[in-house]
Amino acid sequence: MEIPRHWRIQKQRYSLVGEECPHCSAKIFPPRDVCPECGGEAKEPYRFSGRGSVYSYTVMNNAPAGFEESLPYTIALVQLEEGPTVTAQLTDLGEQPVEIGMPVEMVTRRIKQDGGRQGMLIYGYKFRPVMG
Amino acid sequence: MNKVYIAGIGQTVVGEHWDRSLANLSAQALLAALHEAGDPAVDALYAGNLLASSASKQSNIGALIASNAGLTGVETFTAEAGEASGAAALRMGYLAVRSGYARTALVVGVEKVTDMVGGGIDNVIAHSTDYDFEAMSGITSTTLAGLLMARYIAQYHVPADGLGALPVMAHANAVHNPNAIFRRAISMDAYRKAGMVSAPLNMFDAAPYADGAAAVLLTCDPAIARAGGKALVEIRASAGAVDTLALHDRPEPLMFSAVTASTQKALALAGMVLQDMQIYEVWDAFSIYAVLSIEANGLAARGDGWRWVADNKDMALVTMGGNKARGLPLGAAGLYQAVEAAMQLRGEAGENQVEGAEHAIIQAMGGPAANVITHILSRSASTY
Repeated sequence: MEIPRHWRIQKQRYSLVGEECPHCSAKIFPPRDVCPECGGEAKEPYRFSGRGSVYSYTVMNNAPAGFEESLPYTIALVQLEEGPTVTAQLTDLGEQPVEIGMPVEMVTRRIKQDGGRQGMLIYGYKFRPVMG
Repeated sequence: MNKVYIAGIGQTVVGEHWDRSLANLSAQALLAALHEAGDPAVDALYAGNLLASSASKQSNIGALIASNAGLTGVETFTAEAGEASGAAALRMGYLAVRSGYARTALVVGVEKVTDMVGGGIDNVIAHSTDYDFEAMSGITSTTLAGLLMARYIAQYHVPADGLGALPVMAHANAVHNPNAIFRRAISMDAYRKAGMVSAPLNMFDAAPYADGAAAVLLTCDPAIARAGGKALVEIRASAGAVDTLALHDRPEPLMFSAVTASTQKALALAGMVLQDMQIYEVWDAFSIYAVLSIEANGLAARGDGWRWVADNKDMALVTMGGNKARGLPLGAAGLYQAVEAAMQLRGEAGENQVEGAEHAIIQAMGGPAANVITHILSRSASTY
């Protein structure tokens, strides 16, 4: 079980909180010590809107241990409207086919159970198609 | 600075070695390399390994290998760079000998995937990804390759079977490699019908993880290099480059910039150009990684790498089966590339011999080109 590291990044997982660089205004997710755009120190929290589009996606047929119950599931690279790209499961797909370029929005969902049946539930961001 | 000769090579068959341990596999490879070189004293031992501390609950691999093989008097540590760990260890051996610090350096890559049974091994291999922000969404290393392949095919309108030429070539070459895990040819028809692993990436687009050990004995002493009576092979250059760990942090995910940088640095150090190479052991953990590497090295325009694999006549690829058909023993793979290139340059590759092979470029990567390490090997008699 990995409670400390889940606790450490819960703002990132639940609320898509990253950083805004005070030097060049770049929006950064996830947070890091040095801004990848300008090299300055990046510290200001910034909450992303959760809106983005699908850069690429793949349907997984072989899951790593702990994720088998969700098979088959779709993983996407989602380009957030503010700039950064994240890796996440797509959810609430229904009958809708996934397409590159499809607009999606962030939701907080259960990712897995840490440490088996009695373990801690891990929540995090997934993305669903924007309706309409 | 010294020349660095490969004085001895050794390798095990790549496969599922349930009955053999890390130590035992590594001993077979390193003893073969030592014996070929006339059993010289070893100054340094560098180990390449990725999974052992998780899958085998064994760290300090260098000490394990040295103890088991009776290597006293060595200094040792393990190099780790994701799946490029073997190439990282090779680089350490190269630097030690080139600098004159070590007269001989034994470099061993070893992996025991089968020390862990069941789905958990994919999780351990995914430690090479960004654990907090990639692995935690339920991805494996294969998922990242699937994402790249999907984007590549869509962006460049590549036919669904467009990436099949390399797996077919790899399998054809492995037929004549007695150390390969898969020794049967596959057809393009089989490629088209293969089951999806991480769509559009199919079973033949992904190299099989397996056990194995490979070793080289490096030296700056020409007498030791000549002890085995083999044609002299040198490591001419060694260079590494890094990109963002997470694929999603790349400004242009389809551009493997660390491949470009690593190759350019190695070529500059060797005073050579890519066209001087008869052999390119490209990193084919996934067929898309090989295609993107080819493009990153300027051998084909972006979006055309898949065509270049089939059309090119100048450079031999995956000459002993590559990761796809020889097999992918992760941290050992970089050493298998070195051993195979050395065999080619010595003229010992049998049915797979590339005629007139004088120079080879071998390239390994951790993750989707997050960490790329390249070596250039030459027959010593070659002028350049």
